[in-house]
Amino acid sequence: MSDTKMPLDLDPADLLPPAEPVQLLDDEGTLHEVDGYPLDLKDSDFRDLYRYMVLARRVDKQAINLQRQGQLGVYASLLGQEAAQIGGAYALDQQDWVFPSYREMGAALVRGVDPGKVLHLFRGTWLSDHDPHEHHFGLLSIPIGTQALHAAGFAMAAKLDGSDLVVMSYFGDGATSEGDPHEAMNFAAVYEAACVFFVQNNQYAISVPLSKQTKAPTIAHKAVGYGMPGYRCDGNDVLATYAVSRKAVDRARAGGGPSLIEAVTYRMEAHTTADDPTRYRTPAELEQWKRRDPIARFETFLESEGLLDDAFRAEIDEEAQAYAKRMREEIYDAPHGDPMELFEHVYADPPASYAEQRALLQRELDEHGTS
Amino acid sequence: MAITMAQALNTALHDAMAEDDKVVMFGEDVGILGGVFRITDKLQERFGEGRCFDTPLAESGIVGTAIGMAMYGYKPVVEMQFDGFTYPAFEQIVSHLAKMRNRSRGTVQLPVVVRIPFGGGIGAVEHHSESPENYFAHVAGLKVVSPGTPSDGYSLLRESISSADPVLFFEPKRRYWLKEDADLPVRTEPFGRAVVRRAGTTATLFAYGPMVRTCMETASAAEDEGWDLEVVDLRTLNPFDSATVVESVKKTGRAIVVHEAQVFSGFGAEVAAQVAERAFYHLEAPVLRVGGFDIPYPAAKLEEFFLPDVDRILDAVQRSLSF
Repeated sequence: MSDTKMPLDLDPADLLPPAEPVQLLDDEGTLHEVDGYPLDLKDSDFRDLYRYMVLARRVDKQAINLQRQGQLGVYASLLGQEAAQIGGAYALDQQDWVFPSYREMGAALVRGVDPGKVLHLFRGTWLSDHDPHEHHFGLLSIPIGTQALHAAGFAMAAKLDGSDLVVMSYFGDGATSEGDPHEAMNFAAVYEAACVFFVQNNQYAISVPLSKQTKAPTIAHKAVGYGMPGYRCDGNDVLATYAVSRKAVDRARAGGGPSLIEAVTYRMEAHTTADDPTRYRTPAELEQWKRRDPIARFETFLESEGLLDDAFRAEIDEEAQAYAKRMREEIYDAPHGDPMELFEHVYADPPASYAEQRALLQRELDEHGTS
Repeated sequence: MAITMAQALNTALHDAMAEDDKVVMFGEDVGILGGVFRITDKLQERFGEGRCFDTPLAESGIVGTAIGMAMYGYKPVVEMQFDGFTYPAFEQIVSHLAKMRNRSRGTVQLPVVVRIPFGGGIGAVEHHSESPENYFAHVAGLKVVSPGTPSDGYSLLRESISSADPVLFFEPKRRYWLKEDADLPVRTEPFGRAVVRRAGTTATLFAYGPMVRTCMETASAAEDEGWDLEVVDLRTLNPFDSATVVESVKKTGRAIVVHEAQVFSGFGAEVAAQVAERAFYHLEAPVLRVGGFDIPYPAAKLEEFFLPDVDRILDAVQRSLSF
């Protein structure tokens, strides 16, 4: 008979998330330090976190407007999730990688990806327009949770190569019901890969609430099943999402293996611009979360610390407007490229049949034009 | 020297890993066991657990992590233990492995090889004898390869591993013990080239993977009838060598496509359509398809009634000739 003892060198109880989500800033914006989650941030970091959140909200609003103006086919808003996304990505180094879902405009900003480029997916001019290797930011992944495996594999490769880079995979509460995030967390744990699985629990998968996704006590509890720590934090508190991510990222970089973070937040907008959330949630619920707005809360804190003055606000406002302008310039009436490019990237070494199909399309273009 | 298909494939993996330290091999039981068919025998011993490793039992996880490793810069070769267990990986293969290069405008390349022992004829239990190749031949962005001889097993696997494009590599498991006189390393014709295995004039048999051997046996048996059959080994379903197919049909005027997979919507339909489009006036008879029946793969004791064999192929030749 094989060994029946638990193979863990950790007590499963040590992997459990805390009873309450880690919160550093209370709803009123007052800082309460929490044991085990030290803040290593300078004033400039506080300002940067704020700046990214405000920019993300402005970029998000611009994207929604572009959709309303018929410039985007669809768009998935991150409104309300700024603290969750940005606190996570801010804990990463330049060499680290992010594997996003389709709602990660905030994380994209932190990685330096031009938001206008990302929107080409939603405009339909092409399926993406950024080079993942340039900013270490993967392609937006639409099939739910599938990118978690790419993140795990990337982290496995980094470990094999002797690199200490860390990979962060974002996905949502709905994705935790899929098989791929499960397999990804299991692979990452087995190979002790430096992968942080960051779940933005925004309470809904389109219309289906969390209670219909899982009977687990919390999403973070699922980590125990993989032998990794589960962290749970207030996803509308950017200092909490950062501090928890810092801990998970440092642990991974030091060779401690993967972990799972659940950031408890709320999607203030519809699932996408094509959705009607009034059919499945109440104005009262929305109002309750509105009072927990991540940016307002952080503003209160920054003001109390004397870190937010009019000059800084104006500076951010100007930057946000510049971002929005660049997005409009990138996207507004952006034409699709040369239809012949459709054959260009499918294969490094395309099949002979492409010659005939190219010729057919070229004839059609010659006869009917490219518009 | 006589080598088997299994030896050829194993040697190809050894040689590829020795030549390029970015090549890694992983899957279920491929480590210390050397794979259930021993195709990965001694890779772990020689190259270490970093480069040949057992994974948790999860096929989507295997392909999905291979994608991540390839994005990092490795060249993963992964094994699906059996054809019928490829399906959990279907989404990763179809939605990401095949599409990532196009989606990223060529900035992400995924040089991943998915090895799949496929087909029946070994008396295996359910889900261990399937022929899912055409699901993947239908997917743009993938290359689909199936060797019918040991030397092709070696050469096509080496080419698959060095390919910048993802390759689904279908190994004819009933032919793992098929022998051929060949010296390794050997290089045969590249991807996209079908090969005339036996020249003939009466009719052409088109096949790939396990049915190449069956078609060669059929051609030998047909000699008793006075028929001189040509056998064309397609080798790679995508890219597809329509030129060699058409050339053969122009010569014989009769085409019969043979595969183990069910006939309906199988790869034979593509071959038939290609012949109809490109060699219509050279046909003396309709293109015929010989394959498994349009039923789920049967229980092992009944598989001989399902699988195409010499008699079923000869019957098709007869029908073609008497059209």
